[in-house]
Amino acid sequence: MSASQTAAPPLHFDLRTDTVRALNSRLHDPDGAGRVQVSNPDGRHAIAVGIDAPYEVEIDGHVGYYCAGMNKQATVRVHGNCGVGVAENMMSGRVIVEGSASQAAGATARGGLLVVGGDASARCGISLKGANIVVRGSVGHMSAFMAQRGCLVVCGDAGEALGDSLYEARLYVRGEVASLGADCIAKEMRDEHLEQLRALLEAAEVDADPADFRRYGSARQLYNFKIDNVGVY
Amino acid sequence: MATTESGGTVLATGRQVAPSLRESATFDRNVIAEIQRAAREGMYDIRGFGAKRRVPNFDDLLFLGASVSRYPLEGYRERCATDVTIGTRFASEPIHLDIPITIAGMSFGALSGNAKEALGRGASEVGTSTTTGDGGMTPEEREHSNKLIYQLLPSRYGMNPDDLRRADAIEVVIGQGAKPGGGGMLLGHKISDRVAAMRDLPKGIDQRSACRHPDWTGPDDLEIKIEELREITDWRIPIYIKVGATRTYYDVALAVKAGADAIVLDGMQGGTAATQEVFIEHVGIPILAAIPQAVESLMELDMHRKVQLIVSGGIRTGADVAKALALGADAVAIGVGALIALGDNAPEHEAEYERIGSSSGFYDDWQAGLDPAGISTQEPELEARLDPVLGGRRLANYLRTLTLECQTLARACGKSHVHNLEPEDLCALTIEAAAMARVPLAGTSWIPGVNGI
Repeated sequence: MSASQTAAPPLHFDLRTDTVRALNSRLHDPDGAGRVQVSNPDGRHAIAVGIDAPYEVEIDGHVGYYCAGMNKQATVRVHGNCGVGVAENMMSGRVIVEGSASQAAGATARGGLLVVGGDASARCGISLKGANIVVRGSVGHMSAFMAQRGCLVVCGDAGEALGDSLYEARLYVRGEVASLGADCIAKEMRDEHLEQLRALLEAAEVDADPADFRRYGSARQLYNFKIDNVGVY
Repeated sequence: MATTESGGTVLATGRQVAPSLRESATFDRNVIAEIQRAAREGMYDIRGFGAKRRVPNFDDLLFLGASVSRYPLEGYRERCATDVTIGTRFASEPIHLDIPITIAGMSFGALSGNAKEALGRGASEVGTSTTTGDGGMTPEEREHSNKLIYQLLPSRYGMNPDDLRRADAIEVVIGQGAKPGGGGMLLGHKISDRVAAMRDLPKGIDQRSACRHPDWTGPDDLEIKIEELREITDWRIPIYIKVGATRTYYDVALAVKAGADAIVLDGMQGGTAATQEVFIEHVGIPILAAIPQAVESLMELDMHRKVQLIVSGGIRTGADVAKALALGADAVAIGVGALIALGDNAPEHEAEYERIGSSSGFYDDWQAGLDPAGISTQEPELEARLDPVLGGRRLANYLRTLTLECQTLARACGKSHVHNLEPEDLCALTIEAAAMARVPLAGTSWIPGVNGI
């Protein structure tokens, strides 16, 4: 962002008087990306979705479903809690939730960084496709279900069936794991993983020691139906 | 197989079977072969194509045509329009199609790049749309399809906001007729480097798509999901909801409530590139039975013709198209028929079909990636056999034929637009079809379940 843009006063949307449509419409203008403040979100859905420019969006309060959905380039910070599917299918940029997130946080996200300051509910990082998610608290059941690429970092505990039907995503958990899902196993933490985790914690501004985490990944036993019969399926 | 003069059976091999040998109706040769295969392999059968069993279908309906009280239109001289506009409810840029026949969603991955290109070329030539599939949008199909529908599926493979904004409409896929309640399948040998990269998966694995969407559950969530998609695309493009034909009356009502511009309804005869045979043949209802339920639901909500209804699953001829429209659909979608038009199951490949244990007219191993016609494959040598320009021309010819046939029937019923066809123009040949389609049994006024018993 240029110095002149930084100096410009932020745009302000009050969602008690302005519509979500007006907000998103403005955020879809690729020119004039800068700081945007959103007040009184009052749990509304689809706030700051589909941005494709380096906006810096600050949302003061709780948001509903799909906040910052399919984000590209922008930084979206929520000073509150998030409903279902925050940063779903994010492509790039950063989404920071200071409170907790509901189900399917970061679902299918393909790039960028999602940070959840509190806990994330069930299916955090479901079908993850390349983005990184760092949760300071704990995550609910079936987190990283069918996750394909990217990393899920959990500083607290993980619920039942972590990483069920996992593909190539990497899971790092500091606390207890209630149970592992099908084909998900604990794996050795090598130097490359410690390095990766250190970088992720730093990017998320989380003060934690990578050595306290364990790594989980796919056993790759479900990748093919039954190899003996591969020619006849 | 044929019957000899003495009542015996001639097998495909030419061998004659004595009349004293009786085949079981319960354990026929297909059943016996399947039990033997299951015992050998210990795995369900996965295949492509669609349901092969006979179910009540459009062949069980007839048009009444003109009579003393209904005058027909002159073929070629009097206008019979075929255009349809989809997405008039909320989208600021609805889709205008020249013909009421669209190309159903089929993925790059299931199909070769040349096949996708040929579909785009053929559809664009006659002014209709094609649809992506469970694998994302390729630049090639965007380039060759003037009107491209972008599917949002449970797997979300390749999903990205740039393609959403590049699309002419979005189709939220809840299910498909071949497998309502099941997710997509793409077996390892069809996962090339490019397919793997588009789906963010390792090469060569058996890819089983999720069957439920990852970030919403149920109709109330769906409404919010659609709101998000509208916001991302600035309320510009139509949003369709695709469902497999099951609890159609309720699904259609819920799709309308969730904010759909259009509903895509796929009957159990709908095609697939790879699904368990047990799923293909045993889940879902025939499209004939589903259309009247959908139309009833739309009419009760005063949404018929406002939320457009696109039906698919076993549409083969212009007669099928006309009958679907007469029952109340706004348009149809074709998949299997389009692939056959491109060259699938063509007799010129007979020797190769036999080499892989099949025969032209029977080939359904679309999951295997060995398609001699170069359609359901990712092998470059096989794909090269399908000339996308020639394939596109064949598809355009087929679509024109379907349209002409549909117009011929509409004119015979005196209709100046194919959408003016109505159930009153139809009768049924069987009691089952009469009950499902809710039109009278031929020669009677009896509609089982509606009047009489």
